[in-house]
Amino acid sequence: MFPSRFRYEAPTSIEEAIALLGANEDAKVLAGGQSLIPMMKLRFANPALLVDINNIPDMGYHRADADGSFRIGALCRHADLEKSTILREHQPLLAAAAPLVADPIVRTRGTFVGSVCHADPQGDWAACMVALGGSVIAQGPNGKRAVEVKDFVSGPFTTVLARDEIAIEGVVPKAQGTRTGGYLKLERRVGDFATAAVAVSLDMSGGVVKNAGIGLVGVGSQTINASEAAAALIGSSLDDEAVDRAAELAAEASNPRGDHRGSADYKRHIVSTFVTRIIANVQRSEMQVA
Amino acid sequence: MTSLFEELQPAAAAEVQTTRVDIKINGEYKAAQIEPRLLLAHLIRNGFRLTGTHTGCDTTNCGACTVLMDGAPVKSCTVFAVQANGHEVTTVEGLATASELHPIQEGFKDEHGLQCGFCTPGMMLSAKALLDENLNPTEDEVRWALSGNLCRCTGYQNIVKAVLWAAAKMRGDVPADEAATADDSPGGEA
Repeated sequence: MFPSRFRYEAPTSIEEAIALLGANEDAKVLAGGQSLIPMMKLRFANPALLVDINNIPDMGYHRADADGSFRIGALCRHADLEKSTILREHQPLLAAAAPLVADPIVRTRGTFVGSVCHADPQGDWAACMVALGGSVIAQGPNGKRAVEVKDFVSGPFTTVLARDEIAIEGVVPKAQGTRTGGYLKLERRVGDFATAAVAVSLDMSGGVVKNAGIGLVGVGSQTINASEAAAALIGSSLDDEAVDRAAELAAEASNPRGDHRGSADYKRHIVSTFVTRIIANVQRSEMQVA
Repeated sequence: MTSLFEELQPAAAAEVQTTRVDIKINGEYKAAQIEPRLLLAHLIRNGFRLTGTHTGCDTTNCGACTVLMDGAPVKSCTVFAVQANGHEVTTVEGLATASELHPIQEGFKDEHGLQCGFCTPGMMLSAKALLDENLNPTEDEVRWALSGNLCRCTGYQNIVKAVLWAAAKMRGDVPADEAATADDSPGGEA
């Protein structure tokens, strides 16, 4: 299989790339290409122009900034995050998800920001960013704007990115206290679409949840922001009652379809189980530290 | 309808954009004039005639087409050849020297790490990427590193043993099976 014919440009600056996108009706950005190229081979996507951003320097970074935010550049690969000690130190949810994205070979090419932009309801990173209250920085001809990921993803495989904008960075906001959390994914085998996956982020201070977020993967037509479930945790000390309530609300927020990976009821059950299990894991590791 | 021939002979089609790529493949510099949509797997196999790289699923699943690009494993069916311009690529042909197998190849031979052999080149390159970073992997780490490569014959057991054998050899240890040759029954464990 090979894609339809397209024109190929590999600019060496973001400005150049944005100009190319602006001047062409049917252009697409190529970063890691691990979703785009398969879609082009299947001819689900037939862009007339591919703007390869891999030759633009200084976009492969991920770093913890002095203001407490964590920033991930457009060419930061999943494998960079999987191996990162700074990620483990600052962003436990992202560190838990990194080794579970696709498979090891895809992780060497695929990018974090590209995955968020692909907006696959099965995408791991968009759900993590929703849980963390993270944003995407979009750069266009008139400058940059930040869009929260919960608003950035507007539907399955659809974002609010304008035709002449490039997502140049993902930003995770500063923690309100100590950040903890986790990611659990049920897949039949490595690299398969998830039966269901759950991202939980918790900012804790003095044993109390200051901020929380829950993102759900593969249990609806797009990434699900289970905000009511997360709200049930805020202000609690992660007591059984609050955790049970959050698990129940997360299952209610999901909207799965029964398929060969399991019935809708089964997937809802996994969502609630994963919420409970992630929080239990967090509590267990806190006890070991204390 | 286009064909792979047309893809590889872009001059045959009028007004098609072509690009020159220079790739260092298995230590040798090669150039080609290609269409941007040509996949790296196709350039390697049909352009450079290095047919050790296999295309299995052609849908980014199976890992049979795995090659190393600048030392990192990539699925060559999911990278455009034009993206490898200026980069270094290693295929299975780059593992052995003229006279000697690579320890990973020896391991696959010694531990019966293949049956039909279709997945083997990809397996060996994923294994090389692992051993280049970690010469002392645990069994779990080997399984993890190979989890993007599918094998439909072996049940993976002997592939994992082959990689552990190679790791031991590359560390300079005597591989476990060399020391005790008694247990040599193929497929003994499942």
